[in-house]
This record gives sequence, structure tokens and C-alpha cells, in this order.
Amino acid sequence: MGLLIATFTIGLILALLSVGVFISFRIFAFPDITADGSITLGAAVAATLLVRGMPPALASLAAFLAGAVAGACTGTLHTRFKINSLLSGILVMTALYSVNLHVMGKSNVPLLTQTTLVTQSEQIGTKLLRGAMTLNLAGWDVTVRDVSVLGAIGLAVLLTGSLLYWFLRTDLGMAMRATGDNVQMIRALGVNDANMIVFGLGLSNGFVALSGALLAQYQGFADVGMGIGMVVWGLASVIIGEALVGGSQLGLTIIGAVMGSVLFRLLVAVALRWGLSPNDLKLITAVFVFCALIAPRFFGKRSLKVAHA
Amino acid sequence: MLELQDVSKSFHAGTPNEVRSLRGVSLKLNAGSWVMIIGTNGSGKSTLLNAVAGTFFVDEGRIRLAGRDVTRWPEHARAELIGRVFQNPFSGTSPNLTIQENLSLAARRGLTRGLGWGLKSSLVSRIRDEVRQLNMGLEDRLGNAIGSLSGGQRQALTLLMATWLRPELLLLDEHTAALDPKSADMVIALTEQVIAREKLTALMVTHSMHQASSLGDRLIMMHRGQIIHDFQDADKRRLRPDDLLGRFEEVRRADQLDETAAEMLAANYV
Repeated sequence: MGLLIATFTIGLILALLSVGVFISFRIFAFPDITADGSITLGAAVAATLLVRGMPPALASLAAFLAGAVAGACTGTLHTRFKINSLLSGILVMTALYSVNLHVMGKSNVPLLTQTTLVTQSEQIGTKLLRGAMTLNLAGWDVTVRDVSVLGAIGLAVLLTGSLLYWFLRTDLGMAMRATGDNVQMIRALGVNDANMIVFGLGLSNGFVALSGALLAQYQGFADVGMGIGMVVWGLASVIIGEALVGGSQLGLTIIGAVMGSVLFRLLVAVALRWGLSPNDLKLITAVFVFCALIAPRFFGKRSLKVAHA
Repeated sequence: MLELQDVSKSFHAGTPNEVRSLRGVSLKLNAGSWVMIIGTNGSGKSTLLNAVAGTFFVDEGRIRLAGRDVTRWPEHARAELIGRVFQNPFSGTSPNLTIQENLSLAARRGLTRGLGWGLKSSLVSRIRDEVRQLNMGLEDRLGNAIGSLSGGQRQALTLLMATWLRPELLLLDEHTAALDPKSADMVIALTEQVIAREKLTALMVTHSMHQASSLGDRLIMMHRGQIIHDFQDADKRRLRPDDLLGRFEEVRRADQLDETAAEMLAANYV
């Protein structure tokens, strides 16, 4: 049972990653590889600041801002210097590897005794339940600490998701969505699409970095290699989410990204449990995304008919 | 209102594929004037419209609009003064956004966009009223994605969007060319209505000799990046589609003469 809760918790933490990937890939149709570097950047900034004694909430906010700056760099490379979108992301991601090492000062920063958002939510949960150590959840005994962390992360994801949903329906957010949808139209309506892309990628990578910050606090360390393959992971979650919720309504797609992340994490946990070697995980993830990307070509005609009916 | 002075634009300059799309075009539009632009393919009609819209910067010349020199203004900045409808009905609307979201984007054309709620109820009820006047039954489907509509419906909505805030200049780039005849007539009727009601200044490119002769108060004909005819007022009112076809025939003959003459010279002297 503890394993299941841990799976859900990590799934929810990585939901912020998939929300970020959703913004770049789906709203802007921008294949943004920066996320591989910015998730580590978020973890590195948060862990380093926590070790220096900064309050966890502030450290996580700083991680968000650091990620936003990284994303804005990618956007600037693409819009101001006309560098191919994929290459812009690769350049920033590569540069971030060194930046992350500089931020941490070494390749791994452990968070053993520091107060983190995770220890704080454990404390709050224990207080709320008046010191009980275990809790009976639908017949299973689970530790209060696990449940409190899951609840806190769930709340955080709910809050971020709602904020994003609200933002995308403001004047600015709608202009952002239209920029990815029809750039000719949005220019004709007076929007500087270059600024929109810089801003949107900043927002996307802010979420990704926040995900990294929470992940570092949850697993108790930040590691310079933790970001490898995370873009593909996020993309897999977004694709699963779209299959889950079906529709293209804005709220549904955000919920889908979150659900997709949790479900994908569950699938991975089950596969590992059944004896999948962790070494094969990235390979399997990549193959999965490949299948999901080509599937519409084989089933496209049928689903198009359904959509028009 | 709109003034172009010796505007020139070449594409692929310095290569064998160089195309001199605009060659010293000068044009002055009075406020409230509705100008038709016709010309053969590649004559520079659409390039002229795009030069005004700011899709690219011109190589030479100045463009003044509503008392301001907009020559070096980027496209999105000029949008404050200009409303546009494109030839492709899919170009003017954002397919994955709903009808009301598209219109609310247009309601802030050229204005700053902040964290204000996009679909204020006052705006939505105004959108419903305006869309009802299109008589397409779309007022009950404002929450549908605009990508699900037909080309004619999308073009009518694009026209509504382009004129939601009164533009100093309306640019219509063959906006009925991709529509079926019935939708084209409907969009033309809407265009006449809104230009008359708002007393708009408009530039309209068309391939239809019928539209060119029956609409607007001025007509210019372009050929090889230059304005070769300019009919105004009484001259414009007298124009019939056959007259225009005659002018095209003249242009064609002149071109042929040029080419055969060049061939003859080449054969005899080179």
C-alpha cells in the first residue's frame, strides 16, 4: 500500500512536468527539449537553497523562476535569432547541464535533515490527525506521513492546474493559445507572437522546474542526471491523458495531462513490479511514445469519422 | 488616410530568382474610400496589401497610415490601425478556440492584453447580438470550436472580427475567392454593409471582374509590380466587366509584343 501511495505521489509531482510539456507541445506545438535540463535546474536550485536554509516554499518558488528563465532563453533563441525550435531547446538543455553543476557545486545534493515541503506537510498531517501514526484507508493501514504528503502534493497540483485553467482564459492566456493555433491571425490582431512564445516557454519550464523542485524534496536529493528523458516522459503522460479524456476542451486537456501522468507512473510501477529491468525503462518509454505518435495514422480515418458524426 | 510613396519590394534579391514584386508604387487613399485592386497573377496585388499590413518591410519608399509613418512598424503593431480578412478562410480564425473566444480576441485588437477575464458577460452578450445579425444560427453555438464551421461561416466571422473595433483601414485579400458562390455573395453583402455602416476605408483585392466593377468607388489595375490604371469616381462608375476584360487583353498583347520583339532581336542580332 505504501508503494501505491508513493506511485501516486510521484505521478502527481510529475503531473506538473506533463502540464509544462502540455503547454509547449500542445499549446505552442513547440517540441521543447529544454525540460530535460529545467527539471534538474528546478531540483538543483531548490535543493541548494534548502541546504542554505531558505524556507521550502520560497526555494520552490525560486526553482520555478529559474526554470522560467531557462525556458525564456530557449524562446529567445528561437524567436530573436531564428534558430530551429528543436535546436534552441537542445542548446539550452546542454548549457543547463553545466549550470546545474555550478548551482549544486557537485553532482548530487542530498536533503537529509533539511526542512522541506515534504517534511512540513508530514508535520501538518500528523497535527491534523492528533499524532496518529497510521490511518485506516478503505481497509488498508497506511502511514499518516505518506497520506499527508500525497494530500499536500494533490492540493498543490489542483491549485496549479486551476491557476493555469484560469490563466488560459484571460485575455493574455487566450492570446497565448491562439498564437500556437494560428500565428497569422494573432499577428493580425496585434499580438507580438515572438513575445508570446518566449513567455509561454518560460511558463512551461517554470512548471517543469517546480516539478523538479518537488521531486528533489520528495526523494531527498537532487542529482545532475535526473532530467534525462523527462521530456519523453512528459509527452507520454500528455498522450495518455488525451486518450483518457478524449475531448479537446481546455479544462479536460489539463485534467488529462495530470491523470495521464499518474496513470503512466502506475503503468511503469506495475511493469517494474513484473520484472521489467529499470535499465529498459527509457527504451520502453520511447517506444511507447513512438507507438502513440504513429497510432493516429493507422486509426486516423476511423476517429475522424467519429469526430464528424 | 493611406499614402504609399514610391514603394518597392523585391524577393530573393541578388539571386537568379529575383522577383521585383512592387516597383515604385505610389498611391493615396482618401478617408472613406473603397478601392478595388485587380491584376494578373503575380502582378503584385497581394504583395501591395501585405506591404501595407506589414507582413514584410518594403525595400524602398514610405507608407503613411492615419497620419503616422508606419514604414518600420512590425506587423503586430500595425494591427492597431488595420483590420484584415485573408483569402484562406482558415487564416483569419483560431480553429481550436471557440467562436466567442475568437471574437473576444478581436475585441482587443491592438490593445494591451493582461490578466483580465477574457469572456466578460457584457462582451459575450454583445458577441451574441452581433453574431445573431449574421443570420447563420451561430449565436447558440458560441462555445463551439471555430474549426468546426464552414469556410463561409468562418469568413463571415473573420470579417466581423476585423471590424469589431473600427479599423482605420480594412484590407480584404480576395476574401471570397475560396468560397462557394452562395457563401461568396453572402460575405460580399456583409462586406458592403459593414463598410457603409462604419464608413470604412478599404483596400480589396479581387479576381472577380463583376465584384471589381460593381463594388467600391475606385479601381486600380496592377501589372508587373506597377499601377497601370486608376479609375476614380465617374470613370469607376462607368466601368463594366467587359471594359476590364478589355484592359486585361491589352496588357496581354503588350506582353506578347514585348516577348516576340525580344525574340526577334535575339534571333537577328545575338
